[in-house]
Amino acid sequence: MIPGPFNYHRPATVAEAAKLLSSLGDEARLLAGGHSLIPMMKLRLATPEHLVDLQGIDALRGVRREGDRIVIGAMTTQHALLASAEIAKALPILHETARQIADPQVRYRGTVGGNVANGDPGNDLPALMMVLGATYRLEGPAGARDVVAAEFYQGAYFTALEPGEILTSVSVPVPAVGHGHAYEKLKRKIGDYATAAAAVVLTLANGKVASCSIGLTNLAETPLLAEDAARAVIGTELDEATLNKAAAAARAIMSPAADARGPIEYRKHVGGVMVMRALQRAAACAS
Amino acid sequence: MAKIHVTMKVNGAEVEGLVEPRTLLVHFLRETLLLTGTHIGCETTHCGACTVDLDGASVKSCTVFAVQANGAEIATIESMANPDGTLSALQEGFRMMHGLQCGYCTPGMIVRAHRLLKENPNPDEAEIRFGISGNLCRCTGYQNIVRAIQYAAAKINGAQFKEAAE
Repeated sequence: MIPGPFNYHRPATVAEAAKLLSSLGDEARLLAGGHSLIPMMKLRLATPEHLVDLQGIDALRGVRREGDRIVIGAMTTQHALLASAEIAKALPILHETARQIADPQVRYRGTVGGNVANGDPGNDLPALMMVLGATYRLEGPAGARDVVAAEFYQGAYFTALEPGEILTSVSVPVPAVGHGHAYEKLKRKIGDYATAAAAVVLTLANGKVASCSIGLTNLAETPLLAEDAARAVIGTELDEATLNKAAAAARAIMSPAADARGPIEYRKHVGGVMVMRALQRAAACAS
Repeated sequence: MAKIHVTMKVNGAEVEGLVEPRTLLVHFLRETLLLTGTHIGCETTHCGACTVDLDGASVKSCTVFAVQANGAEIATIESMANPDGTLSALQEGFRMMHGLQCGYCTPGMIVRAHRLLKENPNPDEAEIRFGISGNLCRCTGYQNIVRAIQYAAAKINGAQFKEAAE
């Protein structure tokens, strides 16, 4: 369980990191919290020749309010998210989801940027960021650009990041006051990736669903927005027939892999169950 | 691959060493500094036996490179006793409540519980179980580990540990 050899770099600024990444080329990888990359390196499934460690770049850390958005630095850890009063107040679903990522030790190291940029379909934050309408700031040799989360994921471990680019922050519009939210994650044990998970953010008006967004984790090669399922609940009181309809619409877009977490049919089944539970719990906490 | 000179403060003492970048922190602690109290269990970031305190955070030292800890402050199980050498509240709790059977997970459990009690000096049972969920005990003696941490919390808070009525 010893990783292959590599050279280690610890730049102090984003510009320096981007320059290193460009000059070192394909054999260089960014190191954030390292809790996806280092296990892969120990298994020799990843053998980068250079690691560019982002921990020395203070500008990449922290949570701040910018008008009606919350901006989270890429190197902000999940532990820091859980300690943030701003997140607990403005983005309670992010607090709730961060609690369900891995275990305490991993959350002290694991970062928001790593979780969303890695492109692992098992990561919990990508589907949530799609539901929240977040945008990612990417900085590279050609300057900075913003990409919405819903357009970032192209396949398992394939994202909109171009060579030499670094995801530096995540910007999340603050949901409406009184919105309902829930992240329902089925997992075999603490620390495991989701067998199936669903994120829901909705608003109610006169007891009926006025707006709704549903995201799915680990039920396809990329995180999914279940748009038909979300449409099916608008204007309803989430009666049983509607919940079943939403679950069926969500199942129709799922294409999970069969793995140790279960066969395809099982994972689609529980994926639908997660959608129904998340919708009900989100509605129950909306006002 | 050039070796890198690292310095860090481990259990209060300044230490240095020459490491390959791929050297894991747990190997640096055990093999270079000969601090073998930190155990290697699963080597796959699951079990928590290798937990150490790094700049005020509980980390699994099998999943951190020594170069990442360059300049950091680290505490291992070897520093968990009171300065005068007597057992700390946590160590006493593990002894009094039979919080260990084979003892393999114990260094990680105590170092993790140390940070948990720093952040939340009066945790309830659910918070303790959630707080140690990154540490596995394959003797499955969790009940007594939880009691050991409750004992320590009570002692730190100047109270007597009372078990809830059965």
